[in-house]
Amino acid sequence: METVIFFLFAALAIGSAIVVVTHRSPIYATLSLVLTLFSMAVLFVLLGAPFVGVLQILVYAGAIVVLFLFVIMLLNVQKEEDAHVDRGVQLWIAILGAVVFLGMFWLAFWRTGLRIGGPAPAPLTEDLVSLKGLATALFTDYLLPFEIVGLLLLVAVIGATVAARRPDSETVRPDDDYVTAEDPSTGPVLPREARS
Amino acid sequence: MSVPISWYLLLSAVLFGIGAIGALTRRNGISIFLSIELMLNAGNLTLIAYARQWNDHTGQLIVFFVMAVAAAEAAVGLALFIAVFRQRRTIDVNRLNLLQG
Amino acid sequence: MSAGTADFVASLVKYGLMFAIFINVAPIMNWVERRACAYIQDRPGPNRLGPLGLFQPLADALKFMFKEDVTPALADKPLYLLAPVLALLPAFTTFVVIPFGPDIVVNGRTVPLVVANVATGVLLFLAISSLGVYSLVMAGYASNNKFSLLGAVRASAQLISYELALTLAVLAVLIPVGSFHLGDIVAYQQAHHLWNFIPQFIGFMVFLIASFAETNRLPFDLPEAESELVAGFHTEYGAMRFALFFQAEYTNMAALSALGVTLFFGGWTLPFVHLSGWLGAAVGLATLLAKVGICMAVFVWIRWTFPRFRYDQLMRLGWKVLLPLAILNLIVVAAMTLAGWL
Repeated sequence: METVIFFLFAALAIGSAIVVVTHRSPIYATLSLVLTLFSMAVLFVLLGAPFVGVLQILVYAGAIVVLFLFVIMLLNVQKEEDAHVDRGVQLWIAILGAVVFLGMFWLAFWRTGLRIGGPAPAPLTEDLVSLKGLATALFTDYLLPFEIVGLLLLVAVIGATVAARRPDSETVRPDDDYVTAEDPSTGPVLPREARS
Repeated sequence: MSVPISWYLLLSAVLFGIGAIGALTRRNGISIFLSIELMLNAGNLTLIAYARQWNDHTGQLIVFFVMAVAAAEAAVGLALFIAVFRQRRTIDVNRLNLLQG
Repeated sequence: MSAGTADFVASLVKYGLMFAIFINVAPIMNWVERRACAYIQDRPGPNRLGPLGLFQPLADALKFMFKEDVTPALADKPLYLLAPVLALLPAFTTFVVIPFGPDIVVNGRTVPLVVANVATGVLLFLAISSLGVYSLVMAGYASNNKFSLLGAVRASAQLISYELALTLAVLAVLIPVGSFHLGDIVAYQQAHHLWNFIPQFIGFMVFLIASFAETNRLPFDLPEAESELVAGFHTEYGAMRFALFFQAEYTNMAALSALGVTLFFGGWTLPFVHLSGWLGAAVGLATLLAKVGICMAVFVWIRWTFPRFRYDQLMRLGWKVLLPLAILNLIVVAAMTLAGWL
């Protein structure tokens, strides 16, 4: 049963990851990322970390990706066009690079033996899965990183608020509506200093 | 039959590779960001797999911190994207080349 | 039948029961809402179809099924079609952690009366309900309509803002109990003979206000306000798709009411009643449903009594009032727990 769940959600994770990376529309890529995060949360639960799995959905899929979606809709990001690459030389260099890379892997496995399918891990202990064990470790051994991460989040909030603010010199016009922004593919608007 | 840990590690490596390909080949800044999140998640999976292997909380706790850092990074990065978009009206990374040359 | 399979089958049966109950929420609430609002507004309400207009929801369902299904021309088809379905998923998944009775013994096995007997209880509820944002965003974006997009952006901003206050209010309840599992929270309230809304009144008020915002109900229903944004994010949805959104909203209301009732009002327990076995299970379920019914009646009552919040007032309330109050509540409850009072 565990194997079935693993293969199902691993396939889902890989499939949606490929969609994230290849789909031209950023909205579809973001929604695929949600699917990937969800399947990884299931894999976390399978690995005896239910709290981390639920936190993954709550924090990652429920907040971070929503932030991505907001920004995509705000900036009205369009679908990517296909890149115009010079196929000739680049293709051969890419193939050579891939062969070298895979050769490295082959060498590594040939030296140490391919260890897919090792022994199953020991049965889950209550301590690993329970909230009490996790919280005790977090607030005793890892208290300093916890506080530092709190400070980091504060800094990030302040930084993000400042970075995304309108500069004070611009006045807020009533029709300054990001929803109807001009088509960004009409070319960049260079600031005056950069025109040489 | 239970699932050996090395399968999880292999899955994590594959996801990391897919994320890396995305981060290197996309032109859209937001898509690069999404691929980076994918890579972070692959790292999380590795950490949890090892936490399972050695019955140690540390892996799970590091994942907490990684998630918090990823959230902070996403917030700041997207704020920067908004600021850049306001100036240059594009987030195509090929066009954001004012510091080039 | 092995232990794992038996548990799985038991979970399926429990889910079937809860699903059968929750799927009737929307039609019943439809009738209740219309009769109650008519009563508050001093008019008869639906009274033509059957006694007291009881067949009105049936007529509405038939209407939804036979109405013409219009899709906007330039809509993003996959997202447009997926959004209403996605709205239902959190609604019909969140109630799996709500306990509805004492443990019963079936064929020698102790079966806890909660569909998903996981340690992450409340956290799972909050996590899945936070996924409800996506259907709003998809509906607004895919409709290719300015009003829908604006409604969707407003709705998702509202949802994620009030989610914070909601989570902190819930967290304060968990501190004295020491567990995320809702069965433990109910047991705690039963053991102390005191429902949680009395010692944690501020937390309860924060939870109540935040749950109005989470379900897009008045006074926080600006995202679907008829006089402001046509119909907000579901402007372009007609017939059956609108019915799905409608159903999702009411089921969300019911699930959040069930959570609130379990956290603050003792869940399936009654003050001096300690039944067990099948009778206890039946009484527990009936008690839970009665409490959820009262909570839904309060939702309806407040909807037709208060005017709507403006968007900036809404955001100000969520961030500048509820969030500090929730944090204050958390600190006070933590201090009281340390002092041994709770």
